[in-house]
Amino acid sequence: MSTIDVVLPLDPDALRADFPILAREIYPGVPLVYLDNAATTQRPRQVIQTIVDVYEQQYANVHRGIHWLSDQSTDLFEEAREKVRAFINAATREQVIFTNGTTEGINLVARSWGDANLRTDDEILLTEMEHHSNVVPWQQLAERSGAVLRYIPLTDDGLLRMDLLPELLTERTKIVAVAAISNVLGTINPVAEIIRQAHAVGALVLVDAAQSVPHMTTDVQALDVDFLVFSGHKMLGPSGVGILYGRLELLEAMPPFLGGGSMIRRVKLEGFEPADLPAKFEAGTPPIVSAIGLGTAIDYLQQVGLPAIHEYERLLTVRAHQVLESVGGVHLLGPAPEHKGGIVSFTLEGIHAHDIAQLLDRQGIAVRAGHHCAMPLHKRLGISASARASFYFYNTLAEVEHLGQALAEAKRIFRKK
Amino acid sequence: MPQPEDELYQERILEHYEEPFHRGHCARATHVDEDDNPLCGDVVRVELAIDPSGRIGEAYFDGDGCCISQAAASMLIEQMEGKTVDDVKKFHAQDMLDLFGAKLTPNRQKCCLLSWRVLQKAVHSPVADGPASNGKESP
Repeated sequence: MSTIDVVLPLDPDALRADFPILAREIYPGVPLVYLDNAATTQRPRQVIQTIVDVYEQQYANVHRGIHWLSDQSTDLFEEAREKVRAFINAATREQVIFTNGTTEGINLVARSWGDANLRTDDEILLTEMEHHSNVVPWQQLAERSGAVLRYIPLTDDGLLRMDLLPELLTERTKIVAVAAISNVLGTINPVAEIIRQAHAVGALVLVDAAQSVPHMTTDVQALDVDFLVFSGHKMLGPSGVGILYGRLELLEAMPPFLGGGSMIRRVKLEGFEPADLPAKFEAGTPPIVSAIGLGTAIDYLQQVGLPAIHEYERLLTVRAHQVLESVGGVHLLGPAPEHKGGIVSFTLEGIHAHDIAQLLDRQGIAVRAGHHCAMPLHKRLGISASARASFYFYNTLAEVEHLGQALAEAKRIFRKK
Repeated sequence: MPQPEDELYQERILEHYEEPFHRGHCARATHVDEDDNPLCGDVVRVELAIDPSGRIGEAYFDGDGCCISQAAASMLIEQMEGKTVDDVKKFHAQDMLDLFGAKLTPNRQKCCLLSWRVLQKAVHSPVADGPASNGKESP
């Protein structure tokens, strides 16, 4: 098959040179093929260098010291916030809250906005494909408030049943929380349309953008989204930092989430007065160096270009579908590649996902196996576990071919008899 | 690359996976238990017919999961049929890992130890209304 004639929208081999870890062998003579990017990506040396530079030259706590180092550190930290703001096209920096990750962002909204606004019999609308982090905080909120959870069902090939949305959205719906891209199925959900319909009944929308912000252009103003959350470590940044974006008037009206230093204007023995945004939601010492590293990651992504990344990952996904389908017995989860990001989950007849992952590992291939923090989705699909290959721009078509060969080899081991 | 004795997918293990010992239900079960590894979705159910002297007359397992969890269950059930409840109690986690043989990383040890965990609980889990006619529905 001639697949190499395609003109690639980016040069993965040149970009790979920036990622030291991608060049290593994990067993003697077995190079790493890293296909677990939906769990976390790797970092280019530019991000690693930023971390080293900050710790070696500019590190102190932010927004505190009246000394040179603290000013340096604060400037870098706030510069990173500005980079995030521009990256998602938020109107103001006050709307960009540093969290420790997507999970904290969702919990913040469910606690702060949810506790202040939800009452018995109000409804929270989720989907059957959500990650546990976009299910459990809402289940906890439902327990506290007496609100009711509803779920947008899926078609058998892993698309949202948008035809049912008009009847699921009522005046009782207060918030819709949905993933922009499913971490298992890879489905790109029509969030703009969901937001339009939700707003028409007065409901807010939180978008879990953990799998979309790293891979395609995000414009929070064009989307008209109320809350949007994502993580730094899935987009070349360090772990321990994430972002909550919120509509300004919502964030201003919401009570603080965690209490502590930084989030207050003044504290007296009888009470406190919260600080202005964004500090109101940033209690305690923030993930300073992780945030600054995320800024460098954003510089890198801007240079590669999000449209090129999205287009290239689509190519990898199309090829992965072809390659996996040619290995007999593979069942691909989710829709056709044109509805997908760079995530390809599958089962292989007669071999449990963990055995697949283990057998791929000896050929150097890192994939995720299990329920990928989406147990309700796996129940809906009627399977207990799946294997998942997830791509980033530094993966190559050759690696996709290698995945196919390694799966065929895994099948031979199990069918020896 | 792993050495032959460490080899996870060696013939002996694959044989237990593909042609397991006593996979099914124990018609005269007196003791039953079941558990899962939520992390990976492996499920194992153990059904035992323990006679009044404390001897395991019949042992069966059923389940769903990876090669390690199911092959380990088959080996364990084969090993324990005919033994006593005291023998089961004296059969420690390390004995289970030794019985399995191949070297396992900590994550895969959980797969291997699932059936051992279920067996340890099963000897303390008498069936409420005497011997079960067949296994209950799996969750």
